[in-house]
Amino acid sequence: MMQSNQWIPLFPEQASSFAWQVDLLYAYLIVVSVVFSIPIVAAVFYFGIRYREVERYSTPDEMHGSMVLETVWSIIPFVVSMTIFLGGAIVFYNQFTPPADSMDVFVVGKQWMWKIQHESGQREINELHVPVGRNIKLTMTTEDVLHDFDVPAFRTKADVVPGRYTYLWFQPTKPGKYRLFCAEYCGLNHSGMGGWVYVMEQRDFDNWLSGNISGQTPVEAGKDLFENKLGCASCHAGGATQRGAKLEGIYNEEIKLVGGGTVIADDNYIRNSILNPASQVVEGFQPIMPTFKGQVTEEQLNSLVVYIKSLSPTAAGAASSSAPAAVANTMPASGNTNRSTNPQANANAAIRGTSNPNAPNSNR
Amino acid sequence: MQTTEAIRPSITDEPRQNYLTNGYTIKSWLLTKDHKRIAIMYLISVSAFFMMGGLYAAAIRLELLTPASDLLESGTYNKVFTQHGILMIFFFLIPSIPAVLGNFLIPIMIGAKDLALPRINLLSLYVYWIGGGLVLFALMQGGVDTGWTFYAPYSTTFSNTYVMLVGLGIFVNGFSSILTGLNFIVTIHTMRAPGMTWFRLPLFVWAHYATSLVMILGTPVIAITVLLLALERAGGIGIFDPAIGGDPILFQHLFWFYSHPAVYIMILPGMGVISELISNFSRKKIFGYEFIAFSSIAIAVFGFLVWGHHMFVSGQSMYAGLVFSFLTMVVAVPSAIKMFNWAATLYKGSISFDTPMLYAIGFLGLFLIGGLTGLFLGAMGLTVHLTDTYFVVAHFHYVMVGGQVIAYLGGIHYWWPKMTGKMYSEFWGKISAMLVFIGFNLTFFPQFILGYIGMPRRYASYPEEMQVLNIFSTAGASVLGVGLVMPLIYLGKSLINGKPAGDNPWMLPGLEWRTQSPPPTENFDKMPVVTWEAYEFGEENGLDLEAARRRDREMASDFQKN
Repeated sequence: MMQSNQWIPLFPEQASSFAWQVDLLYAYLIVVSVVFSIPIVAAVFYFGIRYREVERYSTPDEMHGSMVLETVWSIIPFVVSMTIFLGGAIVFYNQFTPPADSMDVFVVGKQWMWKIQHESGQREINELHVPVGRNIKLTMTTEDVLHDFDVPAFRTKADVVPGRYTYLWFQPTKPGKYRLFCAEYCGLNHSGMGGWVYVMEQRDFDNWLSGNISGQTPVEAGKDLFENKLGCASCHAGGATQRGAKLEGIYNEEIKLVGGGTVIADDNYIRNSILNPASQVVEGFQPIMPTFKGQVTEEQLNSLVVYIKSLSPTAAGAASSSAPAAVANTMPASGNTNRSTNPQANANAAIRGTSNPNAPNSNR
Repeated sequence: MQTTEAIRPSITDEPRQNYLTNGYTIKSWLLTKDHKRIAIMYLISVSAFFMMGGLYAAAIRLELLTPASDLLESGTYNKVFTQHGILMIFFFLIPSIPAVLGNFLIPIMIGAKDLALPRINLLSLYVYWIGGGLVLFALMQGGVDTGWTFYAPYSTTFSNTYVMLVGLGIFVNGFSSILTGLNFIVTIHTMRAPGMTWFRLPLFVWAHYATSLVMILGTPVIAITVLLLALERAGGIGIFDPAIGGDPILFQHLFWFYSHPAVYIMILPGMGVISELISNFSRKKIFGYEFIAFSSIAIAVFGFLVWGHHMFVSGQSMYAGLVFSFLTMVVAVPSAIKMFNWAATLYKGSISFDTPMLYAIGFLGLFLIGGLTGLFLGAMGLTVHLTDTYFVVAHFHYVMVGGQVIAYLGGIHYWWPKMTGKMYSEFWGKISAMLVFIGFNLTFFPQFILGYIGMPRRYASYPEEMQVLNIFSTAGASVLGVGLVMPLIYLGKSLINGKPAGDNPWMLPGLEWRTQSPPPTENFDKMPVVTWEAYEFGEENGLDLEAARRRDREMASDFQKN
C-alpha cells in the first residue's frame, strides 16, 4: 500500500528483497546529479553576474578553449556513467535471475484483467496472494495484446508478450497489500487493469489456499490433456514405436533440429512446438504433428508445459529461460552421436529413461 | 580585415526591396522557391500544429486533475494522449527548428542565395501539408488510440480506430524530413561562400548537418515499419501479431530504430540554436568549437546504436540489454561536453540578458535535468522500476519541451528581427520566457516523483494517493500555457506596429547579420567573401561598434524627446 498518510509520498513502500537495491541506485543517481549540477549551475549564475555586460558591444578577450579541460570533462562523466552502468547491470541481474527454489505462479493477461493460477491449481483474478519470504516466480503470457505486470512496491515489472512466456520474480519481505498495475498500454480500459498483491504470513497463506476449493493442479490438468483430451500420448508415448519425439528428460536440454540447428528446450520452445510444430522439428523426425493453435487456451498450454517439464525431474525447478546463467547447461544430453543416424535407438534409450529419472544424464 | 559588406547599424534607411515585398499574391507564396518564404509557411504550419497539440495537452492535464476518469472517458482519453503525441512529435518537434529556422538561416549563414535544391524544398513543404492533412482528416473521422508508438499487435489487430489513415499521414510526412535533410546536406557541402570553411561554419549549421544525417538515414525505417504495419492490418500478413505468426518485439525494434534517433532529430537543432545564443549574447567565442561540432556528430552516430534502451523490460535478452545500457551511458558523454562548453563560454564574457538569452539560460537548466534523468533511465536496474511510468513522461518532456521547444522559442526571438525586420516588446518577451520556465518546471518536476511512486503513464484514472502531485502538475501547465500564448500576442503585435529592428540590432558578426532585415530575395546584394572566424566580435571583423553605440544614443535621445 502506498504511504497515503503522507501528504506527498516520495517513495513507494519497500516490500521486496531487492527493493532497497533499486532505491540505493536511485539515491546514488540523485547524488551524482546534484554533484554534477552544482558546478554548472554555480558557474552559470556566477559568470552571469560577474561578467554581466558593463558597456554595450564591448569585446572581451578571446579564448579558444582548452584541451586539458575538454579531456577532463570528457573522462569524468565517462567514468561516472560507467559506475552507473555497472550498478544498473548488477541490480538488473538480481531482478531477472529467479532463484532455483521459486514458487511458480502462472499469469495470463487479457484485456483488461489479470488471470492468475497457482501451482496448487488455485485461481484468482486481479489479485495475487503470496506468502512472505518465499521466492515467487511468475511465468506470464497474454491472450491478446501487450501488457506489463508492474508492482511498484516490489520495484520490478516486465512486459507480458503474446506468443511467448516472459518471467518475473520477487521475494516479498513485508506482509501487506500492494498495488498491481498494467504498465504497458493495452487499449480502452488500460488504467482499469490493475489489482492488488496480498503478501501474507505463510500460515495465513496456507489457510487461504486450503480455504478455497482447488481443482486439478496444473500438472494434473496437463497430464489429463496429454493423455486423454488432446491425445498427445498417442504419438509422444508408447515406447519403441512412438512417432513423436521423446519428451522425457528434455527440459532445459539442448535439442538438435532438422536442418542442423539446436535449441534449448525451455518453456518457450515447448509452447512453440505445440502451436507451431513444423517450425522447429527435432532431428530424426518428420513434421507430421498437427498444430494445436486455437484449440488450447493459455491456461491449458501452461498446464501442458508444466506437465512436460515434470517429465524431466532433474531439470524441473532449476528452470529459467530468461536468465542467461540458467541457460548454460554443462553438457547437452543430446550430444549422442548415434542420434542423427539412428533415431530408433535413441527412442529406445528414452523409453529406458522413463523408468529411471536419472537416465537422461546417463550418456554424459 | 575590414570588409565592405560590413555592418549597417543604421535603422533609418528607406524601406528596401526584400523577400516579403517580392510579390503579394497567394500564388507568389505557394509557388515560391525562396527558402525564406518556405520557412515562413512552415512557421505558420508548425505553429498551428503546436497549438492543436497544446489543446490536447490541456485536455490531458484537466482530466488528470482528479483521480477518476470523469472529464474524459478512458476511450477519449486514449485518443487525446495519442493525438497529442503524434501531432507534437511528427508535425511540430521534428520539423520545428530544421524546417523553420534551418530553412530560413542555413543559406544565409553560409553566404548562399538559396538552398541547393529550391524546388525540392517547396516539395518538402507540400509533402508535409499532405501528411498533416491526412492526419487531420483522420482526427476528424474519429482519431486513433494506439499511442504514438503504435505497438503491435494492438495497432495491427485490436484497435478499431483510424490507424491506417494516420499511418499513411506519418509515412508521407517522413518524406518531407528526408527531402529537407537531403537538401541541407547538399547545400552545406556545395553552397558555402568563398572563405566559409567548415570550421568557420556557425555551430547551428553543424548541428543541422548532424540532424540531416539522422533524417535521411533513420526516416526510411519508420516508413518501412508503417508499411509493414499496414500490410499486416489490411492484408492479414503475419509480421507482428503472433496469432498469425508474427513477432511483436520485432515491431518495437523497427520502431525504436527510427524513433530513438528521431529524439536526436528533435534535440540536435535545439543544441545548435543554444550554441548561437550563448556565444552571441556573451559576445564571446564559443568555448571548444570543435568539441561542440564533433559532439553533434558523435550524438548522431551513437544515437543509432541505443534504440534497445526503450525495451529493457519488453522481453529482449539480458545481454542485449547490457549492450544497449552501456552505449546509452556512452552517448551521455557528448551531451555533457556540450553542457560544460556552454557554461565555460560565459567565462569572462560580456553577457547581456535579452529575451533570447533568457531562453538559452532556461535551456541549460532544463536540459541539465532532462539529460541527467536520462542516466536514471539508462541504468537497467533502476529503469525496470521507472519505465512506463510518469518518470519517463517527465524525462522526455524535459528534453523535448525543455530542450527543443525552449530552444525553438529562443531562436524565434533571436531571429525574429531578421525574419520580419521588426522588434518585439522586450519587456513582454522576458516575462513570457520566465513564465515558460516556471510553468514548465511546475508541470513536469512533480511527474518525476509521481513516476517513482509508480504512477503508470497513459492512465485515464489513477490511485487517489497520487492526486496532490497531479494537481501541482496541472496548475503548472496553466502557467506554461499562458507563457506560451503570450509570444503569439506580442510577436503578432510587433508585425503591426513594432519598431524597425535594423539590420543588426545586437551588433553580431554572423553572416545573417550582415545583410538587411528582412533579407532581400537573394539574401545578399553581392556574394559575401568570408575572411573572419566564427564568433569573433571585435571591430576587426567589420563590426562598426562605435556607429552602433551612436545609434543607441540617438534612439535613447529620441525616446526622451518623445
